[in-house]
Amino acid sequence: MELSLATRAVGKHTVLEVGGEVDVYTAPRLRERLLELVDGGARHVVVDLGRVDFLDSTGLGVLVGALKRLRAAGGSFALVCGKEPLLKIFRITALDQVFPLHPTVDAAIGADPSGAGA
Amino acid sequence: MATVRLSFSPAPVHVRTARLVGVAVARRAGVREDLLDEVRLAIGEACTRAVALHRQYNVPDPVLVEMSDSGAYAVRVVDRAPIEASIGLAALDADQLANESLNEDDLTTGVGFALLAGFVEDLQVRPVDEGVGTEVRMVWPVQR
Repeated sequence: MELSLATRAVGKHTVLEVGGEVDVYTAPRLRERLLELVDGGARHVVVDLGRVDFLDSTGLGVLVGALKRLRAAGGSFALVCGKEPLLKIFRITALDQVFPLHPTVDAAIGADPSGAGA
Repeated sequence: MATVRLSFSPAPVHVRTARLVGVAVARRAGVREDLLDEVRLAIGEACTRAVALHRQYNVPDPVLVEMSDSGAYAVRVVDRAPIEASIGLAALDADQLANESLNEDDLTTGVGFALLAGFVEDLQVRPVDEGVGTEVRMVWPVQR
């Protein structure tokens, strides 16, 4: 399935809903969109992976890049991921210790101290 | 014994095709249904690695994927890049992954190896027998 990207604002947070396959071919589009968001002033970004059915190392690299950029800018970055196959990918790569991972968008926003009061 | 060979120009757009073919042949060979996600991911990572190396070294030759089901499901992904083949890369730990100085390409390479090593029990990375290049060989059990 093709990559789909949809953005919505929830209070101070920008939620990017990602769907389909994030791989070496589609990951550049995800990188571009995240860069646009940060360049456009978004500082508290939640990426919802709920509709992602494939995620590879290239996609993970893009997500880590966004996390680092936002932290350097004093912002926050969190992922929403409730599916076991995807969670296993985060565990195997130790990225579950790098990303704040939440089961729902509400949980991600609620757990973000820097963006509280949304 | 059945063998399926696929060779593709080293372009990211074709990696998905290789994944789809690899999983279709795995299913046909009798790989357990609950392993197919791992097969898909591992073949994708091996092909992504090969495409990245061909692009990095300007190698226009195709990447070869060979799937066979003689006894087990074995997949070889062969690149033609002039590098020292090794899987001796240590997996990156959380501190290294979060380190600001680690660039995205190196991070992706490290994460890709972690996924291959984590998802494929029977994994070998070695130089090809003839000429330059690396072969990533992955084997999964099949049910008969």
